[in-house]
Amino acid sequence: MTAGSPVPPRGLAVTAVVDTPPAPLLRLEAVEKRFANAVTALKGLDMEVRQGEFLSLLGPSGCGKSTALRLIAGLSEPTAGRLVWNEKEREPHSIGFVFQEPTLMPWASVFGNVHLPLKLAGQSRRAAAPAIEEALEMVGLAGFRDAYPRELSGGMKMRVSIARALVTKPRLLLMDEPFAALDEITRFKLNNDLLEVWRRLNCTIVFVTHSVFESVFLSTRILVFRARPGQVSAALDIDPNQPRDEAFRTSPEYAGLCRDTSLALARAMEAGESLSPVPRAG
Amino acid sequence: MRARGIENSPFRWLLPIAVMAAVILAWEAVVRLNDLPAYILPAPSRVIETLIADHAVLLASMLVTLKTTALALLVAIVGGVALALVFASARIVEFSLFPIAVILQVTPIIAIAPLMLIYLSTDTAVLMCAFIVAFFPILSNTTLGLNSVDPNLRDLFALSGASRLQTLLQLRLPTALPYFLGGARIAGGLALIGAVVGEIAAGSAGQGSGLAFRIVESGYRLNIPRMFAALLLISLAGILIYAALSLVSWLLLRRWHESALQSNR
Repeated sequence: MTAGSPVPPRGLAVTAVVDTPPAPLLRLEAVEKRFANAVTALKGLDMEVRQGEFLSLLGPSGCGKSTALRLIAGLSEPTAGRLVWNEKEREPHSIGFVFQEPTLMPWASVFGNVHLPLKLAGQSRRAAAPAIEEALEMVGLAGFRDAYPRELSGGMKMRVSIARALVTKPRLLLMDEPFAALDEITRFKLNNDLLEVWRRLNCTIVFVTHSVFESVFLSTRILVFRARPGQVSAALDIDPNQPRDEAFRTSPEYAGLCRDTSLALARAMEAGESLSPVPRAG
Repeated sequence: MRARGIENSPFRWLLPIAVMAAVILAWEAVVRLNDLPAYILPAPSRVIETLIADHAVLLASMLVTLKTTALALLVAIVGGVALALVFASARIVEFSLFPIAVILQVTPIIAIAPLMLIYLSTDTAVLMCAFIVAFFPILSNTTLGLNSVDPNLRDLFALSGASRLQTLLQLRLPTALPYFLGGARIAGGLALIGAVVGEIAAGSAGQGSGLAFRIVESGYRLNIPRMFAALLLISLAGILIYAALSLVSWLLLRRWHESALQSNR
């Protein structure tokens, strides 16, 4: 399934995908990240992000998936290896980032918070207003532009955070366990809305999660990470044409995919626990 | 539930007023029943009488003390914030200068005042005393605030290509604001103490005209009611400064900061 990409992460092909894989947006080649405290978060990480896909990075805590996301965002530099971008896609402000916490500025209104990326790029409130209104409408917060973060629930704060990432119309949306702190009902709702946004914006999403169910529901592709050292242990494809609705959530296919993914995750965790280098699952 | 009952009931205001009134009445009663002379303990009524009779002198003195305090606070705010900004942009400066700030802070101002009076004019020395004590809380609180930025927000700014100036103005300064305002409220009270200490040190040398000087002067003349009247005005000045700074703090933070929110739990 990844034939043709130079560094194929070998993995379980869960669903046969007939289409040729879309062009890569970027590739991580033999990436290593060691922190100042000598912790090696990633070692020999090979992966690619493909145009228009919904890619989930799934793995146990401490497997370096968030580190990989920060490398892609350019928030830190790899200590070895490299990131290769498909050059025409790498424009300034073409990356949106959503953190695990809503990370809103408490002193600014919803409007002000969503305005931030455009403001920093030099756009006035007035010039940015249509884009801000559109982003708020996309996350279902059209009537809340003048509210302050403290007045919002956790789910609504996260929606503001997503609107802020969407306001620049990014080509690539990076999300670091954005729904981990939310209750299940809110999370399901945000999952659905996120898929809607993904379709509307036609962007690429890299989504870090430790929920098997969430990753299967959302993604077109899942990379399962192992820890010590952090690297890709398995890759799973999910038919992108599969409608993601409540029927899918309760279907046998969904259950089957979740089982396969859980299995791959269990293997990845075993590999992370043994101290000797383990061949990657495949 | 019980806490909210207290918060909202009129007793929240009535009780402290009633207690205050009871203390004053008891004081009045003690003086009258024992027929105490005013040079030992003046009755509250006598203090008020003196306040009214000497209001021209006392209010002029209060204005002097308030002016000194306000000016010292202003200089402390400008200097403290400016130095905090330098500290926040270059840790090496912080390491180098912070010990001096600490030494100034921990040395009792009353011990520094006589030296100041030798090197500086009386007015400047009093101002300097008030400034030195007000400076430190502003500096340390603002430095703490500037360094308390949410790391994720910092990343977000970096990701959006924010310049250092943009990050300072739109992220670090707003983050530091509640810390700064907390420091300013402490500094306001301390500035008054510094001014009073400076005036007393200067006043014993026969100079000055602030409220503290009136206390020293009245003490020499055994005009105890006037001492109390001046003391009352100093307390009033302190309350005024605190109230003004609290109001500024509330106005700036009421929309977003936890400290300014009415809890509806």
